[in-house]
Amino acid sequence: MSIMDYANPSRFLALSGRLLPWLTGLTVLFLAAGLYMSFFTAPADYQQGQTVRIMFIHVPSAWIAMACYTLIAMSALGTLVWRHPLADVSAKAAAPIGAAFTFLALVTGSIWGKPMWGAWWVWDARLTSVLVLFFLYLGLVALWQSFDEPARAGRSAAILALVGFVNVPIIKFSVDWWNTLHQPASVMRLDGPAIHYTILLPLLTMAIAYTLLFLTLHMAAMRNEILRRRVRSLMQQRADAAQNIAADAGQGGVGQNVGQPTEQEA
Amino acid sequence: MEFLSGHGAYIAAAYGLSALVLGALTGWIIAERRKLRRALSALEASGVRRRSRPR
Repeated sequence: MSIMDYANPSRFLALSGRLLPWLTGLTVLFLAAGLYMSFFTAPADYQQGQTVRIMFIHVPSAWIAMACYTLIAMSALGTLVWRHPLADVSAKAAAPIGAAFTFLALVTGSIWGKPMWGAWWVWDARLTSVLVLFFLYLGLVALWQSFDEPARAGRSAAILALVGFVNVPIIKFSVDWWNTLHQPASVMRLDGPAIHYTILLPLLTMAIAYTLLFLTLHMAAMRNEILRRRVRSLMQQRADAAQNIAADAGQGGVGQNVGQPTEQEA
Repeated sequence: MEFLSGHGAYIAAAYGLSALVLGALTGWIIAERRKLRRALSALEASGVRRRSRPR
C-alpha cells in the first residue's frame, strides 16, 4: 500500500485514529521534559538573565508558525495541481492552528522585548513580516468561512495561500536582509548553533514538543473537518430527499385529478 | 523559584498566555469533535446513510 492510498478519507480516519493516542502521549512526555528543563536545568543567560526562558516557548511558536504555513502552501499545491482529496482538508484544518501559534510568537516576543529592548513593539522587518503572516492566516480562515461550497472555498484559499507563501522566506531572511532590532538566527546556521548546549537542549526539546503538539492538533482537526463534510453531505442528502418527496406529493396531487371530470364537464 | 526573581512577571505572563491559548485551541478541537459526532449520530439515527457506505 502506497502513501497515496491513505488519500482516501476513510483510510485516513482509521489510520489517524490509531496514531492519535501515541502522538498525544509523546506530546505530553516531551512537553513535561521540555518544561522541566526550561525552568530547572537551563541556566540564566549571562546577558538576558532569567528572561531567556521565554525563548523556550517563543522560538518554537515562531518555527511552527512558519512550518504550518509551508504545510498549507504544499496542501494548496495538492488542491490545485493534483486535486488530492485530503489536501484541502489539511489546509483548512491547519489555518486556525497556525494562527494560534503565530499569535503566540508575536505576543511572547512582545513580552520578551519589553525588558530586553525597552519596547513592546517595534516596526522592524522580522516583527512586521510575522504580523503579515498572522493576517494571512486570518484571511485564510475568513475565506473558508465565506463560501458555502467547500470545493470552491478550497480553490480560492489555495491561491491565496500560494501567493502568501512569498512571506515565509521574507520572515526567515529578514534579519539578514535588513538592519533589524531582532537578533539574527542562532540555531539554524551554516556554521552550527551559536547557543551553549545547556540552553540549546531545552530549546530543542520544547521545539520537538511543539512540533508533536502541532501534529496532534492538526490530525485531530483534519478528522473534525472530514466529519464536518460528512455531516454537511448527509444534511444535503436529507434536504434533497425531502424535496423529492414534496415534488412527488405535488405530482400525485395533480395525478389524482387526471381522468376525473371537471366541474364544467360534469 | 529563582526564575521568578527579576523579570518573573514577564516569564509568568508568557508561559501563562501560551498555556491559555494552546489549552483553548485543544478544548475547541475536542468540543468540535463531540458536536460533530453527535450531529452525525443524529443524522444516521434519522435514517440518512452515506451513499458510499455499504448498507
